[in-house]
Amino acid sequence: MGRQTPLYDSHVASGAKMVDFAGWDMPIHYGSQLNEHRQVRQAAGMFDVSHMAVVDLAGAATRDFLRHLLANDVAKLQTSGAALYTCMLNPAGGIKDDLIVYRRDDGAYRMVVNAGTRDKDLAWIREWAADFDVAVTERPDLAMIAVQGPAARDAVHGVVSDGLAAGLADLERFHALAGDGLFVARTGYTGEDGYEIIVPGDAAADLWARLAARGVAPTGLGARDTLRLEAGLNLYGSDMDEDTTPLESALGWTVAWEPAERDFIGRQALEAQRAAGPARILVGLVLEGRGVLRGHQKVITDKGEGETTSGSFAPTLERSVALARVPAGTTSAQVEIRGRLHDVIISRPPFVKNGQPNLHI
Amino acid sequence: MSDIPKDLRYSPSHEWVRDEGNGVVTLGITDHAQESLGDLVFVELPEVGQAIAVGDEMGVVESVKAASDLFSPVSGEVVEVNETLGDTPEAINGDPYGDGWIAKVKLSVPAELDELLDADAYTAVAEEEDD
Repeated sequence: MGRQTPLYDSHVASGAKMVDFAGWDMPIHYGSQLNEHRQVRQAAGMFDVSHMAVVDLAGAATRDFLRHLLANDVAKLQTSGAALYTCMLNPAGGIKDDLIVYRRDDGAYRMVVNAGTRDKDLAWIREWAADFDVAVTERPDLAMIAVQGPAARDAVHGVVSDGLAAGLADLERFHALAGDGLFVARTGYTGEDGYEIIVPGDAAADLWARLAARGVAPTGLGARDTLRLEAGLNLYGSDMDEDTTPLESALGWTVAWEPAERDFIGRQALEAQRAAGPARILVGLVLEGRGVLRGHQKVITDKGEGETTSGSFAPTLERSVALARVPAGTTSAQVEIRGRLHDVIISRPPFVKNGQPNLHI
Repeated sequence: MSDIPKDLRYSPSHEWVRDEGNGVVTLGITDHAQESLGDLVFVELPEVGQAIAVGDEMGVVESVKAASDLFSPVSGEVVEVNETLGDTPEAINGDPYGDGWIAKVKLSVPAELDELLDADAYTAVAEEEDD
């Protein structure tokens, strides 16, 4: 048996099929992954993402530390609650993890990092923090529920106090607001509007039940994966890892090059790659015919070989899509599925935008 | 618990076989298999006229999360395939022993049917996988 989140009993009571995910017992679906996917696109679904790690940082040098640790620049976070998506790099420019960092009051910050990288991330963060006046605190006492979909915000507004609901109604995307003992961020991983709610572990099951009573469907990690793929969002460990840089992972936009004097980990290597031009890039693929693209299939292009990094049937499109790492300059490609080459179209993600197909075909 | 009809025979790789009594069998994947795979989104069918032997790959069923080879539980010639699965692969989820049938095979070695698992033996296989 793996680690369990505070919502484990809620999942089992809802008939979830539980699987191991990075050492955690997590729901893959509650009956039908496809129905859950569609529910999120059309109304609202909720995900238990408590296996992700919340890390709080505080101390006089926290801002300086994060400007060194992260490839994006927390100096952009002008107000309390503002958030930033960023990569944390190794000195070679490889991606240690992707994460969201939030600015909090009094120079404190909060980061949410992936479940599978939790231990490695914490060791890395603590190693570099030793040179700064920063206290690094993991928060295993907290749970996290993502509520996503066109009806997600209204549903959340209905289960919090009137005061918090009023604040949330005005909350901009990529900003967070604390209240009612919750930390509510207008962020997500599905391409839909919604919130990621950090909640004390002992209050998580009650919040989950109140959201369910509002018609928010429990949604498993299976649908989370097809939703994020349709939205063209990278999955750590599949589409990016320590051997690939942001420039090779379609994440160049998350790197803050200015100010030029900011010395972040990996900068030197990344600048060299930027000057030479990355040899490999991450692109979106759409299968022309029938079949299903998966990760780690061979891609034959006009510029040489590549590989799919993740692929699946895309329920909103009713066809298959993939992300693939291919030689820079690739203009045409085929994917080998069980020994046969299949035609694919190179299409810039997201494949689905605002719940609608967004294919550049 | 999955539905495992008493009147069918089974392979350990989760195919079912119905003896139609005229030297032809109908086959598909079991309820247990479709449950394990989840929502099916694509089926690669064998070809009519194709000669197959026990254990041959004769198609692929793909769910949202995984692809699974379909192995022939018998030897013979494919005489009919369920073309409707091209548009409605989910029929296998909804009715694996009925509308979700995959192919009909004219047997070349009818005695092979006796080698297949009966419902009780297959139940044991399925239960072991669930543990």
